[in-house]
Amino acid sequence: MDQPYYSTANGARRRLTVFTFASPRNFYHLAGRLIPWFTALGVLAGLAGLAIGLLFAPTDFQQGDAYRIIFVHVPAAWMSMLVYMAMAGWAGFGLAYHTGVSSIMASALAPTGALFTFLALWTGALWGKPTWGAWWVWDARLTSELILLFLYLGFMGLHASIADPRRADRAAAVLALVGAVNIPIIYFSVYWWNTLHQGPSVTLGNAPTMAPAMLAAMLLMVAAFWCYGIAVALRRARCIVLERHGSAAWLRRRTK
Amino acid sequence: MNWHSLQDFLAMGGYGLYVWGSFSVVFGLMMLEVWALGRREREVRAAVSSHDNEGAA
Repeated sequence: MDQPYYSTANGARRRLTVFTFASPRNFYHLAGRLIPWFTALGVLAGLAGLAIGLLFAPTDFQQGDAYRIIFVHVPAAWMSMLVYMAMAGWAGFGLAYHTGVSSIMASALAPTGALFTFLALWTGALWGKPTWGAWWVWDARLTSELILLFLYLGFMGLHASIADPRRADRAAAVLALVGAVNIPIIYFSVYWWNTLHQGPSVTLGNAPTMAPAMLAAMLLMVAAFWCYGIAVALRRARCIVLERHGSAAWLRRRTK
Repeated sequence: MNWHSLQDFLAMGGYGLYVWGSFSVVFGLMMLEVWALGRREREVRAAVSSHDNEGAA
């Protein structure tokens, strides 16, 4: 049977395994090839989503035009949780298999996850004021999302406080894994507690209750935020590879 | 099209402050992150190539 192969930067063919991209060299090359695709897809989906969401989607009969905040709020909130799961997953993988690139991915995701979390809180406040009458309430959904922001900041702060990057990776990975318990709490908070926050707008397996143009705009924005998150994290991961392995000969050849 | 005029669009049915306050901060901070990454990329590339020159000398 033919084994799958991967073409490396210098055109050599290598056997493709789970650990092929655990090599900083293969990873750096692959990330460089993926970034333009995710950037282009993200810009296209974002422009389409903004056009449909802001220009064509109808006004909501209950919330008026304030509901349009959903087109940035929901993608930011989803990504804040997804990025955390990806970050904890990569950190845990790096902890278990001593794959430095996995830990680099975790570090690369953290600032973007923190940004999405802040944006979810910010847009939530601007949506809460006109619909609930308050910028902020100490409600289960909002409080657990705020804790998520502190977890991201804690991950970055702990990592930055330890000089040896591999030791920092391990310490921060433990924090990320323990903090992952907060993700189901955020997700299910609207079911577990009485809360001001409305339930999910879209759930798998149920027919959507939104107008088709609203749903299309929201899903396009989600796709755009996914692509943005991937492109930015890969770009930051390449920077970290250069910062950590900058003295390696293959990198010096590639950055000339 | 949901709007009759540009003023209508900008007013967002009276919620302009909230809607534009959300969208501007979201895309503003995203652009800021991309800009900061570009700066970090240039800095680290410069550091790597200066390291290279020291090695050659």
